[in-house]
Amino acid sequence: MLRFLIRRTALGAVVLWLISMLVFALFFVAPSDVARTLAGRQATPETVALIQHRLGLDLPIWRQYLGFVGRALRGDLGYDYYHQVPVTTIIATAAPVTLSLVVGAAIMWLSLGVFNGVMSAIRPRSSLDRGLTVFALFFYSMPSFLLGLLLLYFLYFQLTLAGITIFPPGGFAPLSDGVVPWAQHLILPWLTLALVSAAIYTRLTRGSMLDVLGEDYIRTARSKGIPERRVIVRHGLRSALTPVVTQFGIDVGALLGGAVVTETVFSLPGIGKASIDALTQQNQPVIIATVLLASTAVVIANIIVDVMYAVLDPRVRLH
Amino acid sequence: MSVDPTSLETLGEAEGVSSRGPDALEGKAIEGRSPWLLGWQRLRRDRVAMISLGIIVLIMLIAILAPLAAVVTGHQPNEQYRQTGLSPNGLPLGPTSHFWFGTDDLGRDILVRVAFGSRVSLLVGVVSTGIAVVIGVVVGLAAGFFGGIIDTVLARFIDVALTVPFLLVAIALVSITGPSLTITILVIGFFSWASVARIVRGQVLSLREREFVEAARSLGASDPRIMFVDILPNVLAPIIVYTTLLIPVVIVVEATLAYLGLGLPPPTADWGGMINDGQKYYTTAWWFIIFPGAALLMTTLAFNLFGDGVRDAFDPRSDQLLQ
Repeated sequence: MLRFLIRRTALGAVVLWLISMLVFALFFVAPSDVARTLAGRQATPETVALIQHRLGLDLPIWRQYLGFVGRALRGDLGYDYYHQVPVTTIIATAAPVTLSLVVGAAIMWLSLGVFNGVMSAIRPRSSLDRGLTVFALFFYSMPSFLLGLLLLYFLYFQLTLAGITIFPPGGFAPLSDGVVPWAQHLILPWLTLALVSAAIYTRLTRGSMLDVLGEDYIRTARSKGIPERRVIVRHGLRSALTPVVTQFGIDVGALLGGAVVTETVFSLPGIGKASIDALTQQNQPVIIATVLLASTAVVIANIIVDVMYAVLDPRVRLH
Repeated sequence: MSVDPTSLETLGEAEGVSSRGPDALEGKAIEGRSPWLLGWQRLRRDRVAMISLGIIVLIMLIAILAPLAAVVTGHQPNEQYRQTGLSPNGLPLGPTSHFWFGTDDLGRDILVRVAFGSRVSLLVGVVSTGIAVVIGVVVGLAAGFFGGIIDTVLARFIDVALTVPFLLVAIALVSITGPSLTITILVIGFFSWASVARIVRGQVLSLREREFVEAARSLGASDPRIMFVDILPNVLAPIIVYTTLLIPVVIVVEATLAYLGLGLPPPTADWGGMINDGQKYYTTAWWFIIFPGAALLMTTLAFNLFGDGVRDAFDPRSDQLLQ
């Protein structure tokens, strides 16, 4: 177990190192006009050069990269080009927003997806199963920005027109303002993420439940006279959840790096929004930090998934 | 929808039996049914899949015949009808007999633009998926077949590609190179191959131990021949299923890039881009979002339902699930 963790962490570090170089190279070869933008329209070439020097953009790429890695290892991710704010501060302000969004949505999509999947699997090919399949595929096909805008149109705009103001048009209220405003601002984003993601869980749970319910030990459990509900939940669902756990880890990991689209639609100042803003302004320190953060989340999620695998299924040995 | 699934299954089984026991067939020439033919016959009886296929063909026709929409309505896709197509205070016009789907913020005909937008979605969907599948198959075949150090390196490569935050890097690339159709197609294609490679690798790992590979090798077949002639046909079914299901994913990614303002440069009509333009007006001009949105959703839904049918018909594992 310990050796497994060490090996996977090392591999993850290698992956992150490759990605950091990739992103760095990407922005080095790009024509950068950051210095020119900062200097203003009427700046002399000397001013532009001075700004380039101050930002360290006049150094050769390998020195810029080494400088970045050296500082990053000490926990310093540099400063925002435009506002002189430490990148770590930007991330620290954005992280709670993304975290609130993803955790709430994840609970919703996991319960919705697994519940629907089990209902489908109990009576395969029934009209309930078909209905749930169509429901799942409908939202699976739905681009999240479209669903977000539709929810805004019907649940914010039309309801507000009708005199019922439950949902705000967007934005974020921190938990310190109280749970109610916090949840009010997040319900529509949660729904958007959850409905779009739940489909995969419905299909996964249905598939693996059908596999498991065909096993001999389920027949044994039934013939012992164990109530059906208990057979399904205790004996069936528990071992059917393994592929679901994998998918869940990967999805949560990917989203913690920023739910770019949902955050954009609902103007949530999370990590996804921060990275989009940084990208459009070529704000390199923020971009590298957010890309690395997103990749780190995926790497860690993968390791946790593999450990969970061994916990859920005693047959799996980690090596 | 109303097809009774059990009758479907018994039909399929009856055929399986009769092709094995040809005596049951009277007066008909005996013909062997290949797995492909059987799969196609199963698919043809899946009403939902066939309706979806019909919708896909329809959308393809719309894409090909998009100029016809311009002729019928008399409106060009990028022409701004500022006199007739905007309200007196310069806002988009709702659906009228003149503009069936209404107009956008620049007074352009949304119907014509939705028709032209299908070209971008389908082109990117098909070409990017093609690129991803070709790369994925070659990498997956090589990794699974050669094993050893090649597999270790390629598998690590697949890991990196799966870890990269795709949307962020895609946006970064597009913002650096500037948006264009080629860039969109290439970026999506080059970031979608890893999952194909992983599936193919897994299958090839077990296939290469089988007797027919050994037989081919003892007959003196070269590595490329074994890979592409002997092994590849055996992984074709999952590849086809995955390809059908990858197309709608790619279409959504393209629309998402366009929605985030990184699609094709204006004034090209593009569903995601239209929705991006329209969201500023979502309280005043619902048609600006609803029509391109409906077109997009219909396309991805048709591909997903069809892909689901293809999986049921061609992927042998799904047969087990039905029992």
